[in-house]
Amino acid sequence: MTPSRTKSSAFALTRRKLVLGGSLVGGALIIGYTAANFGAVASAALSIGAEAPVSSPFGPFIIIDRDNWVTVVNAFQEMGQGIHAGVAAIVAEELDADWSKVKVISAPANVAVYKNKEKGMQVTAGSSAVAGAWTQLRTAGAAAREMFVLAAAAKWDVSAGTIYVRNGMVIHAGSGRQESFGELLDLAAKQGPPAAPLLKEIESFALVGSPRVKRMDSAPKATGAVTYTQDVQMPGMLVAMVAHPPHFGGKVRSFDAAAARKVKGVVDVFAIPSGVAIVAQDTWSARKGKDALTVTWDDSGTEKRSSEQLLQLYRRIGEGGTDDRGASYHSKGDPATAFREAYLEASYDFPYLAHAPMEPMNCVAQVDGRQVKLTFASQLQTVDQVNSALAAITLPGMVHIDTLPAGGSFGRRGGLSSGYVVESVQIARHIGKGKPVKLVWTREDDMTGGYYRPMAHHRLWVDRGADGLPAAWRHHTVAQSLLPVGPNATEVEGIKNSPYIAGCAVTDCRVFSPSVGVPVGFWRSVGHSHNAMVMEHTIDQIARLGGLDPAEYRRAIYRKAGDERRLAVLDLACERAGWGTSMQGDWARGLAVHEAFGTVVAQIAEVALVEGRPRVRRVVCAVDCGIAVSPDQVAAQMEGGVCFGLSAAMYGKITLDDGVPAQDNFDTYEVLRIDDAPVVETHIVPSRRDPSGVGEPGVPPIAPAVANALLVLTGKPTTSLPFVA
Amino acid sequence: MQLNINGRGLAVDVDPDTPLLWAIRDHLHLTGTKYGCGIAQCGACTVLADGHAVRSCALSVESAQGMQITTIEGLGGDHPLQRAWIKRDVPQCGYCQSGQIMQAAALLAANPKPSDSDIDVAMAGNVCRCGTYQRIRAAIKDAAGVV
Repeated sequence: MTPSRTKSSAFALTRRKLVLGGSLVGGALIIGYTAANFGAVASAALSIGAEAPVSSPFGPFIIIDRDNWVTVVNAFQEMGQGIHAGVAAIVAEELDADWSKVKVISAPANVAVYKNKEKGMQVTAGSSAVAGAWTQLRTAGAAAREMFVLAAAAKWDVSAGTIYVRNGMVIHAGSGRQESFGELLDLAAKQGPPAAPLLKEIESFALVGSPRVKRMDSAPKATGAVTYTQDVQMPGMLVAMVAHPPHFGGKVRSFDAAAARKVKGVVDVFAIPSGVAIVAQDTWSARKGKDALTVTWDDSGTEKRSSEQLLQLYRRIGEGGTDDRGASYHSKGDPATAFREAYLEASYDFPYLAHAPMEPMNCVAQVDGRQVKLTFASQLQTVDQVNSALAAITLPGMVHIDTLPAGGSFGRRGGLSSGYVVESVQIARHIGKGKPVKLVWTREDDMTGGYYRPMAHHRLWVDRGADGLPAAWRHHTVAQSLLPVGPNATEVEGIKNSPYIAGCAVTDCRVFSPSVGVPVGFWRSVGHSHNAMVMEHTIDQIARLGGLDPAEYRRAIYRKAGDERRLAVLDLACERAGWGTSMQGDWARGLAVHEAFGTVVAQIAEVALVEGRPRVRRVVCAVDCGIAVSPDQVAAQMEGGVCFGLSAAMYGKITLDDGVPAQDNFDTYEVLRIDDAPVVETHIVPSRRDPSGVGEPGVPPIAPAVANALLVLTGKPTTSLPFVA
Repeated sequence: MQLNINGRGLAVDVDPDTPLLWAIRDHLHLTGTKYGCGIAQCGACTVLADGHAVRSCALSVESAQGMQITTIEGLGGDHPLQRAWIKRDVPQCGYCQSGQIMQAAALLAANPKPSDSDIDVAMAGNVCRCGTYQRIRAAIKDAAGVV
């Protein structure tokens, strides 16, 4: 009856030195600490005055009540990806809890206890939550379970080996005697947490991987009962808006607040470093005050180039027409003798993209002396603490954060400079006395506020070998760096590790990071968001130039590279999509396979051209994400990822006129709507691997899958996105 | 200003040009109705006015006087659409879903058995950035008893 278990390491929370994750180093403030001693400095600064972790005999992640409710403490932000259910299921599985009596709360900001094991900070990023929590929370759940078993063994005077746990009941196998967690609570709490609890064998999972792992928030979200940041109400709370400069980094030269101050409900108007703050009794008064304000801006030294000028510059850099030689990240063989007459030469242009989550940025701040309290959808708690502490002249640990669910993020709330959070702290500090101030950005503030997916240009020269497979690959990527420290992995993810390059005898891959005065940031799938299009559309063109079936051509490369996971998703997608069978009417199929954040996804899109625009009716998606904790939420993320990626591919673009974004709301920044949304069929490759994330990997393959179908329909490659100009 | 919200007569002390959205959110504390764009482009603020789906960000309190306004809170929590939304785990971030459900409620009131294309036409004004569209379609059909 007792599931077999394997040894794991430790219930213990290791106090490992704080190490910055590769994809998250940087930020205006963080960079000041980015020395070898960051860990020691930061962990001290973050611990002084820090909010205590949850105190429970079962550790900081699990609270169990006398009425048998299990509360899982989630260190990650719920932004729609279903992570509340994910972490809860992992704990409940090992604890053998009653799934109908499990709930979730958000953890306080405390990096020592609640850091993401994959990133070294308390952050939700890089599709890492389930992967980062997997062993940690299994171990926590198994340890708590063992404490109940030991308690029952002592109370009943039987051996622990004869006791099993099911649905929150602790049961003696021989006699059938049973007691609930609640009944055994006091005695269990007195057991020392086992250092190395036994974890279940994967085969004996009853909850993880089953359709029972459903979202925990659908009812409150279907009834309007969830409190997002926008919905926070506190006694005496004020609402603030900020008038921002049209140019990125512009400064206030002067402002006339007379008219704004006359608006009923406006209580204060003052300058902050990023603009002019208007503080009012309510949101609409703040909005009217903002509209009544007259500001003269100083835009000296700000970015004034247009998108078209940047595009021409990027193209020149990409073809080697400037002094910039870039940073080499993949170099093999002798490029001097290769590429004389490249088999395929290709170039691609990508625009800036806004995240445009449905909830524009906002944050509730209270500042009382050195004590800062933030109530909002924090995605990078540790980063937000550090940046807010600088703004309030306090220690990061003294910035307490009550993390709320986010109305979407897609990376927007993961900015390394915490821009809107810092604004809210500056305004609340000006107001003082701990008075709550809710900063509300308008949609226009949000869309013109930068932190975009960078504009990018790629130029490639590829040659084939005698076997027809890629043999020489020269690749120039031109895009602003996402970090303030020059070229880095986020710009070349999905290229550097590509199987198409791995088999080449000659490679010459470089990344160029021009300096542009437009703030850029992490946008769902980050570098993969353009790199997948380049790699997957290029490989399709090479296959078709050689008259080869693109699926067969990919198989040949994957076999050569020994890439079993890509082969498996490709085969599964082809089988379910009917790859190779004929299509009725003017429809064609396009295929793409891409790995991002440890998860491999294949997508086959059915596409037609309707009035000159691609129309996508069906997408078959095969995914290998290791063990799928919640198969239905994996499907939901594939459905959502396809729509998010397709929205950008079809319509997404922020363009600059004289350095100023030309799109500021959904009337000019077109997004995918229901009448454009395909049906997505998700198929999960069975796996025993530890889980990898699914929040981002569904995004990258859709653009090339559609482009590859258009290649069939028109014979022409796609050289820029979006498809709809 | 005198409003009728979810069957109750309520007085709000705001300027007549205040959008209904901010009156019901900030003054009546019914926060299920969301701010998304402020220019009637995204549908997050959708409420029913005399049974029709309207964008409360673009309807002044003055214009809303005399109308029977229903917000997500007024749907009761056990509406067939809400049951279908929960059963299918439609929401991801959830921020747009109040507006989606109110728009769908207006659709079903006018067209009890909508086809896929009826749904696409009626719901195209409501943006979901998480991309829950196919579950929205399925849930509307569930609620309509069309399988």
